[in-house]
Amino acid sequence: LASVSLITALAVHCVVLLTMTVFSGYFSHSTDFEVHRNWLAITHSLPVSKWYHENTSEWTLDYPPLFAWFEYSLSHVAQHFDKEMLVVQNLIYTSPATILFQRLSVIVTDIVFIYAVKECCRSVREEKGSKDLLGHPFFILAALLLWNFGLLIVDHIHFQYNGFLFGILLLSVARHLQGRHLEGALLFTVLLNLKHIYLYIAPAYGIFLLRSYCFTKDNTDGSVRWSSFSPVRLVALGSIVISVGALSFGPFIAMGQLPQVLSRLFPFKRGLCHAYWAPNVWALYNMVDKALSVLGVRLKLLDVAKLPKASMTGGLVQEFQHSILPSVSPSITLICTLLSIMPAVLSIWCRPRGARGFLRCLVVCALGSFMFGWHVHEKAILMAILPFSILAVESREDAGIFLMLTTTGHYSLFPLLFTAAELPIKVLLMLLFTLYSFTSLKKLFRGSLLNPLETTYLLGLVAVEILCEVVYPLSPWQHTLPFVPLLVTSVYCSLGVSYSFIRLYVSLLRQHGTDKHKQL
Amino acid sequence: MENWSLVSICVLFGLTARWAVSLNSYSGAGKPPMFGDYEAQRHWQEVTYNLPVHEWYFNTTDNNLNYWGLDYPPLTAYHSLLCAHLINPDWVELHASRGHESYGHKLFMRATVLVADLLIYIPAVVLYSFYLSEGSNKKKVFLCILLYPGLILIDYGHFQYNSISLGLALWGVVVLGLGWDVLGSLAFVLSLNYKQMELYHSLPFFCYLLGKCFKQGLAGRGLFLLVKIAVTVLVTFALCWLPFLSDPGQILQVVHRLFPVGRGLFEDKVANTWCSLNVLIKIKTILSTDTQLYFSLTTTLLAILPSSIKLLMKPTLWQFKLALVNSSLAFFLFSFQVHEKSILLPALPVCLLLNDLPLPAIWFLQASTFSMLPLFLKDGLLVPYVVTSLAFLFFSIYLLSAFEHCSEDKLRLGPYRRLLICIVRRYGYLSNCINKDHFYFSITAMAGLSFMSVALAPPDQLPDLFPLLVSVFSYLHFLGLLLYFNIVQIAEPLQSVRKNQKKSN
Repeated sequence: LASVSLITALAVHCVVLLTMTVFSGYFSHSTDFEVHRNWLAITHSLPVSKWYHENTSEWTLDYPPLFAWFEYSLSHVAQHFDKEMLVVQNLIYTSPATILFQRLSVIVTDIVFIYAVKECCRSVREEKGSKDLLGHPFFILAALLLWNFGLLIVDHIHFQYNGFLFGILLLSVARHLQGRHLEGALLFTVLLNLKHIYLYIAPAYGIFLLRSYCFTKDNTDGSVRWSSFSPVRLVALGSIVISVGALSFGPFIAMGQLPQVLSRLFPFKRGLCHAYWAPNVWALYNMVDKALSVLGVRLKLLDVAKLPKASMTGGLVQEFQHSILPSVSPSITLICTLLSIMPAVLSIWCRPRGARGFLRCLVVCALGSFMFGWHVHEKAILMAILPFSILAVESREDAGIFLMLTTTGHYSLFPLLFTAAELPIKVLLMLLFTLYSFTSLKKLFRGSLLNPLETTYLLGLVAVEILCEVVYPLSPWQHTLPFVPLLVTSVYCSLGVSYSFIRLYVSLLRQHGTDKHKQL
Repeated sequence: MENWSLVSICVLFGLTARWAVSLNSYSGAGKPPMFGDYEAQRHWQEVTYNLPVHEWYFNTTDNNLNYWGLDYPPLTAYHSLLCAHLINPDWVELHASRGHESYGHKLFMRATVLVADLLIYIPAVVLYSFYLSEGSNKKKVFLCILLYPGLILIDYGHFQYNSISLGLALWGVVVLGLGWDVLGSLAFVLSLNYKQMELYHSLPFFCYLLGKCFKQGLAGRGLFLLVKIAVTVLVTFALCWLPFLSDPGQILQVVHRLFPVGRGLFEDKVANTWCSLNVLIKIKTILSTDTQLYFSLTTTLLAILPSSIKLLMKPTLWQFKLALVNSSLAFFLFSFQVHEKSILLPALPVCLLLNDLPLPAIWFLQASTFSMLPLFLKDGLLVPYVVTSLAFLFFSIYLLSAFEHCSEDKLRLGPYRRLLICIVRRYGYLSNCINKDHFYFSITAMAGLSFMSVALAPPDQLPDLFPLLVSVFSYLHFLGLLLYFNIVQIAEPLQSVRKNQKKSN
């Protein structure tokens, strides 16, 4: 039964992917499309020593070396499609063959994702499974992952290789769930060397492996038994991490380019928020600042001339200057992020609850860094949503949080697709996924998962959408204050994401509490 | 899962596929001076918006009928007028807007198709699948009908409003199936007044209703019903044609525009008898136009006669659906001046058979999509064609478990066998024809021909080689299936033995 359901989901996924190829020729103008084309060109036509020095295009190579090698291997296939795309000087080159190749490369590398989903589904805990194929947790999880709205639009319409990367992440999670920790660690190290944004969830991995893998036994109260420490396991882990790291960064260290590579990987010159504010704490912070300054001017407590100019056109400028509240520096965001994930990490150190406790901690880390990180992209929400899907099909409470988080998180991705032709597609796909996730989870747990307030909030998204994309463009403010829809979207979504974050934390700490209680 | 949410998921899925296809190119994009059907529809908006009603169908200084003159019935014209009122006046300015193409305009035109589909065709499919199809897989049938690639590609790729005429005809079938004869005839007359090609369906409608009247007894209630239906039809027609009724010249001109006999037996490459026969005998040159006309008329009538008579004698929904297939397919194969897109007319009733006869229906629908390949290639719709066909094949075969319904009984050939057993001993040939291996063989051949049409250059002496191969290959499918559907319809016994059979299914 499980295999049948999986096959169904996979096949449907393939069909959906094929549908996506129908778009292939028609949306190629996202910046990420050009970014990846440029990387193909750099890795193909330049020697390794120049990869991280090349700056003809403004979209310089800013992913770790393994990803560069990945692009390098892709470029060998690409040359059979169109050689011109591999020329560094050909900026914004979009021949039909290039587009076809790029799109196909995303679809083909998605195989990793499909395999990972299959492995995740195998490790789902089964309650008394209903006989209905569509109502089976396996099937629901496969569908939630494979048909994930965010991943579909970010990868197949906007253009990135997230399916491939998340495939490795989910595979690594699945390996931990299956108790194959070394494999899991290896996969994660590889992932980290493909895209360093996953550093945010590295604390969960580090502590989990140290606590639950290197220490083989617990005391009866669940605390760590120091004497059970296994140096062999630590060495095994260490050698995996070091060898993968050496493979990827080794050549650059040998060439003395490490500082250059690192400066490319961590560009702190960018602002606190991305051009479109990701729905996190800083969006709220900016909003409060703006509200205070407007209020201050109204009440004549502030002098308009003294306010920083950019703040009044904010939302679209990179460097957002706060006028009332103190400005935020990268180090502050780092401290906030660390503080936000600290309790979760400590909790799996003190009371490890197996791989599922680790998974919850991983989601908290991902979401915590999304909430407080520096220059966060809206796409980063997927890092929390995708692993969280596994927990959502296993517990009723998580399912409720999941629905809140995915719906708001996915809605916050809407500004990625902004042309009129894309509007129906994103609305239809979003409705499709949301409707499916609500009905399937509701049926799985036999009852409503959200309280009236949450439902009202989510219905509010419909109002926001109509206001921002239908009513506002017709109003005269569209020309004078064009940034308002983006601002409203990101502030409204950040409320929902923050709420989910808090609820997730509460559930984690409550579990911690009940565990303690049981021990006593 | 709850019913309504599954239905909405199916609808959303269908809409996504439709919109995805609509982002592609349309017929005649960027090809002056004549462009294609897209420009024709735009031009009709221009004509109806700017000219008074009595000039719509006439050649005047402002209305050059040689440039996409209006040649559809009045409802199409009203629809164009309605659309023209919704948009930027620059897009329909008289003369100046000719050949107008822009991003915004394309979006608008695509949106009008989507709206029409959503308002007319999709609700009819919902009603049909949930009220009139039997068995447990109503939702599956629903999804498969929605994903039929031919209609999606023609309406959203090539650009036409078939979902309106076909949708109205489907409304007719659904309403008749629910027992409201008057409303059913109303819907069908509307559909006929949207596109004259719906005449392909008209005989089964007529025979079904007449048969019902006979059944109720022409002396009593049957006569009353007949009068009611006749009045409905006449009044609906009159209302549709109201602006043209004042002057007989107007009516004649419209009729003349609707049935252009002068255009020859067939154009381009069509998968019908005449075009296929033309490979062997050059009919077009041997026979005069008038002879061709009478000849095709006779063959068509002969081909539809058996199924119509059977329907007249046994007016049930099942017979009605089969008669719709048989009549429209016979029209497609034998009648005069057929377009390749007209295969959508038989395809609609075949969609309705997906539940009862999965494999033949899927086979037919796939062949019908394939038969329009040359058109899709001309319009630059290769990728959508491949993708939607694969999706449809996968969904229909998997969801309807088509290969498990291949036994003689499941193919409804039982009566045929009983009928023939006394005449010939070796009878089983037909049911052996429709099986999994043959199906896959034919699909592979279609894939091969598609690939060849795209990848290979035809030899210099035969520039039309691939389109011709496509037509002849599809024609053989259509002919075989016409035979099959006719046998299924005619072999069914007149007395209602079927009821027991149905239950055992």
